[in-house]
Amino acid sequence: MASKATSSLPRSVAAHAILISYTVLALFPVILIIFNSFKTRKAIFRSPLSLPDAESFSLIGYRTVLEQGDFFGYFQNSLIVTVVTLLLVLLFGAMAAFALSEYRFRGNTLMGLYLALGIMIPIRLGTVAILQIMVGAGLVNTLTALILVYTAQGLPLAIFILSEFMRSVSDDLKNAGRIDGLSEYTIFFRLVLPLVRPAMATVAVFTMIPIWNDLWFPLILAPAEETKTVTLGAQVFIGQFVTNWNAVLSALSLAILPILVLYVIFSRQLIRGITSGAVK
Amino acid sequence: MRSLKLDNVRKSFGKVEVIKGVDLEVEEGEFVVFVGPSGCGKSTLLRIIAGLEDLTDGHVLMGDEIVDNVPPSKRGLAMVFQSYALYPHLTVRGNMRLGLKQAKMPSAEIAERVKRAAEMLHLEELLERRPAELSGGQRQRVAIGRAIVREPKLFLFDEPLSNLDAALRVNTRLEIANLHRVLGSTIIYVTHDQVEAMTLADKIVVLNEGRIEQVGRPIDLYRTPANRFVAGFIGSPKMNFVEGAAAERFNANSIGVRPEHMTITDVDAIWAGNVNHIERLGSDTFIYVNTADSGLLTIRVPGEIAFEVGDHVGLFAEDQMVYRFDKSGAAIRAG
Repeated sequence: MASKATSSLPRSVAAHAILISYTVLALFPVILIIFNSFKTRKAIFRSPLSLPDAESFSLIGYRTVLEQGDFFGYFQNSLIVTVVTLLLVLLFGAMAAFALSEYRFRGNTLMGLYLALGIMIPIRLGTVAILQIMVGAGLVNTLTALILVYTAQGLPLAIFILSEFMRSVSDDLKNAGRIDGLSEYTIFFRLVLPLVRPAMATVAVFTMIPIWNDLWFPLILAPAEETKTVTLGAQVFIGQFVTNWNAVLSALSLAILPILVLYVIFSRQLIRGITSGAVK
Repeated sequence: MRSLKLDNVRKSFGKVEVIKGVDLEVEEGEFVVFVGPSGCGKSTLLRIIAGLEDLTDGHVLMGDEIVDNVPPSKRGLAMVFQSYALYPHLTVRGNMRLGLKQAKMPSAEIAERVKRAAEMLHLEELLERRPAELSGGQRQRVAIGRAIVREPKLFLFDEPLSNLDAALRVNTRLEIANLHRVLGSTIIYVTHDQVEAMTLADKIVVLNEGRIEQVGRPIDLYRTPANRFVAGFIGSPKMNFVEGAAAERFNANSIGVRPEHMTITDVDAIWAGNVNHIERLGSDTFIYVNTADSGLLTIRVPGEIAFEVGDHVGLFAEDQMVYRFDKSGAAIRAG
C-alpha cells in the first residue's frame, strides 16, 4: 500500500507526530494512575508527575485494597455481570439482527427504528422506573438486576451494527443452506455467525467497556456488600473528608487488568471489523 | 412426461409487481434457459421454482403435485448459484455431502455418490481442500458437484458462468452441456447472455419486465421472433431497426435486418452512408455505417474486408431477410 506515489517522508512524519501525541494524551492519565499507585501518600502529593523511586516506592495502597473489603468478591461480581451480559447481548443481538436483516415482515422497518431509538435515548433516563420494577420484582441487590439492565442497554447498538453486517452476508449462501435442508437456526449459527465474527468482536468491546466502568446502576440497584462491583468498591476509599488516595489509585489500577485481557482477546477481530465496515 | 408447470405465477414486492403472470410447461429431460435483460424477473422466477421465494398468486407444479408450500429441500431439486455459495467452513467433501447428511442418507451411499460426482467433475484431488483454497473454476465445479450428488429431478442454474473468465466460461459451458447429456435430468438455467442461451438450450424462454415474450427452440427464435424485443435480444451483433420511410416501403411501422443479412453493394443500395467504425475479429468484420436517414447500421461480413473509416458505402438486404413489425412491436408475418 505504501507506494512511493502515496507516501512521502514529511507526510509520514506528520502523521506519526499526530498519532503519537494523541496516544500520549490518551495514555497519560492511565500511566499517571499506575505510577502513583506505587507511591507513598506524601510522594503522590509532593510530586505527582515523578516516577516512584527507592524512597517513595510503597505498596501500601495495594495492601489496603486487598485487606480492607472483599476486593476479590468485587472483581468476581464485575466479571460475572460483564461476561454474562456480553453473552446475552451477543446472542440476542445477533438473533434479532438476523431476523431484521433476513426476513420481510410487517413492521420490520418500524422495529428497526424502535431499536435504534435505544441508541439515542440513554437508559439512565429511566432509572426511577427501573428501580421501581426491580423493587417490585424483588431483584434489588442482586447481580441479575444489573445483568438485565445492561443487556437492555447493550442490545440496541449490537442489533444496529450486526444487522448492517448480516445484510452483507451472501443471500446465495443462506439459500444454498435452505436447499440442502438446513434449519434456519443451523443457517444462523453455522453459516452466518462465523462470517460476522469481526462485527461480533466490535460489539463485544463496545458493550463491555461501559458496563465494566459503570458506577450508576451498581450504586442504585446493587449497593449491598456482596453484590458490589469493582467501580463501586473503589468508592469506599473516597470519603467526604478524607480520601485514601493510595487505595483508590491501586483499586483503579487493578480494575484495568481484567478488561485489558478481554480487550486483547477481542482486539485482533475488532480491527478487522472496523476496517471491513469502513472499506465496503 | 411433464416435469414442471408454472400456472399463472405472479410475484409482487410491496406494490411493485415483478412477475406478471407466467405460464410455462417444462418436459422431463429438457434444458430450458430463461434469458432476458437484468431486472426482467428471471432470477426471481427461478427462486420461486426453488421455493426460496413465496409467490403472490398462481401455482408451481412439479409432476402433478402442487408444491407452493413445500420447503426447498423437499422439492427434489438442486441449485447452482452465481456466487458458488460454498460453505466456507467445510471441505469440498463436506460441501458435497451436507445436503445428503441432512436428509439422513446412509453414509456408505453418501460416500459412493460423492465419489461418483467427484470423478465426473475431476474433483478427486481437491476433496479435502476448503473453498478458499480453490480457483474460481474449481469452485464452480464443486458447486455443480454439490448439486449432482442430490440426484435431483430438477437442476436450477442461476447465472453460473458470469463470474468466470471468457476461456473458462466456454469450457464450463461444454461441461454443463455434457452433464445434461449424461444425467438426462431436467435443467432450468438462467442467464442474461444470449450466446449461452442459444448454445445450451433445448428451449429458450425470453423474459422481459416480468412477462414471457416468447418460448421456443433457439433457432426458431432466431428465424421467427414474435416481436421486436425478441428480435433485438437474440442474435449478435444486435439486429438493426429502422423506422420511417424505409419501413413504410415494407408496409410496416418498423423493420429489422440482422447484420449478417446485409451486404455492401454499389448498385441497388437501399441505404448509403459513411463507415463510422470497423471491428476486425479475423473470422468476421463488423462495419458500423452512419446513414443519413436511418442512423447507425451494423453489417457483419465474414472474413476480412478492405474498407477504411470514412469510406462511402451502399447497403443492401434481400426482401425476405427483412423482419417487419407493427406499431405495438409485434412481428408481421409474410402473407
